[in-house]
Amino acid sequence: MTTNSPASQPDFSRPQTLALGVGVAGLALSAVGWLASPEQFFRSYLLGYLFWVGLAIGCLPLLMIQHLTGGAWGLVIRRPLEAGARTLPLMLVLFVPLVLGAHSLYEWARPEMVAGSEVLRHKAPYLNTTFWAVRTAVYFAVWIALGHRLSGWSREQDRNGDLRLSRKMQMLSGPGIVFYFLAVTFAAVDWVMSLDPHWSSTIFGPLIAAGQLLNAFAFMIVLLALLSETPPISAVVRPDIFQDLGKLMLAFVMVWAYFAFSQYLIIWAGNLPEEIRWYLEHSRGGWMALGILIIVFHFFVPFFLLLSRDLKRSRRTLAMVAAGVVVVRFVEIFWTVTPLFHPADVTVHWLDLAVPAGIGGLWLWAFLGQLGSQPLLPLHDPYLREAFEHGGH
Amino acid sequence: MSATVARPGIWGLMAEFDQPADLVRACRAAREAGYRRMDAYTPFPIEAVFEALGLHRNAMPAIVLGGGILGGVGGLSLQYWASAIAYPLNIGGKPFFSLPAFIPITFECAILLAALSCVFGMLALNGLPMPYHPVFNVPSFALASRDRFFLCIESRDPRFDREGTRKFLEQFAPRSISEVEP
Repeated sequence: MTTNSPASQPDFSRPQTLALGVGVAGLALSAVGWLASPEQFFRSYLLGYLFWVGLAIGCLPLLMIQHLTGGAWGLVIRRPLEAGARTLPLMLVLFVPLVLGAHSLYEWARPEMVAGSEVLRHKAPYLNTTFWAVRTAVYFAVWIALGHRLSGWSREQDRNGDLRLSRKMQMLSGPGIVFYFLAVTFAAVDWVMSLDPHWSSTIFGPLIAAGQLLNAFAFMIVLLALLSETPPISAVVRPDIFQDLGKLMLAFVMVWAYFAFSQYLIIWAGNLPEEIRWYLEHSRGGWMALGILIIVFHFFVPFFLLLSRDLKRSRRTLAMVAAGVVVVRFVEIFWTVTPLFHPADVTVHWLDLAVPAGIGGLWLWAFLGQLGSQPLLPLHDPYLREAFEHGGH
Repeated sequence: MSATVARPGIWGLMAEFDQPADLVRACRAAREAGYRRMDAYTPFPIEAVFEALGLHRNAMPAIVLGGGILGGVGGLSLQYWASAIAYPLNIGGKPFFSLPAFIPITFECAILLAALSCVFGMLALNGLPMPYHPVFNVPSFALASRDRFFLCIESRDPRFDREGTRKFLEQFAPRSISEVEP
């Protein structure tokens, strides 16, 4: 394993150029859309931003879980997870348009709405644009610090093989996972739940966090399957690694379904006017059909497919299921956010595709740049040799 | 007593290895040579041994899935019968058959029956509890739970031949080859 030189590394420059092209083209189109309809631009921007920032944030808990628990499944995706975490500074910069567009997205950011509502006046000390932006900066400070330290120590270990660094990463991951989770649940309230400032659900933060985690994990499976033909990944992936990843993805699908159903069951059983309103608004017109599609394709289809051992052991079929999960994650975010802007029926504006493509192109460009700058495997991790020499045992 | 023994002779031949890799090689070769009635004994699970022996295919997944589906359908039917037919109660003005309220119990019943069919299906397929097994007649077999790796080719295999099979096992340079008393 240690004989693999960093030179045996796939070349990411072509996909990176392609991603940058898509990103620039998407954002140029978005700029045209912004001129035509700033309102719609910000709505689509929020959709795209939530999807891609979730992918980046979701890498952190996976990384920290791996440091705390170990296992061969995590060693093969550690470098992609670190690269994902290192895109967070870019996502902080990409948050700026949301600050500029807050007044067209959030009721509480419009003074005339706040003046007319007693509830919003009471919430104003917390829900105001300045404090909201400051809080977001704090969340990003936590995430960026965690990602920077974990990937920094991991890179340092690659150079000097110092085993004490493994202990350091482990010691940071314990408290780190607590701070990450606090930040992500607050961010879910600030960015998504406050779109409807009269509604609240206590499990909303964990639900968003579980979606991000699942999204990041499914993305990493697709990436690993794509890289599995070329060195150095080809030397270490075996069917049982994909089987382990498939089992974990099944668990994450179930965690998401558990949170989503818990929220629904409690609100449905309580049937209180101020709570049930949210589900009524999300099931009007075509939103109902879309919601049912999400139940089927976000839970039932991946759940039953991932029970199969053969499917999990084949990187082709597992990657196809994972790619399907990534797509349905986007649809789920669309279903969560868009009914608040278009309550009557499902409305897909062309900007809902152009802006996410633009942000995604930029994100992939940054991600591949980070990924290509380091060896694809943590070469001096004390567990790497152990994990792959005896067939994973 | 000895007159009632149906198959006189030995129960099988047991080869003892120091390294898991040697055991895996022997298992793979034995399967390629056409042996089927054999088993490997190791201190910890070795994925490659399962593959070499072709042991991954059995009825367990189907039994557990069947148990899970039966539990889910049974749990949902029970609640439907109780809440909508046998004892209909108006709870908060909701319909008698309120699917969201029934899902947790349906799920729990599916898990319960899947777990029970897993335990009892496993016991049914592997024949446990088993008070007597011939492999324990080999004295060194006690090390199978410590640091030795064993392959036993059983005499009921159609290809089994006391001399031929011994010769076959010898080519993998085992630590020892023992005849297993029935």
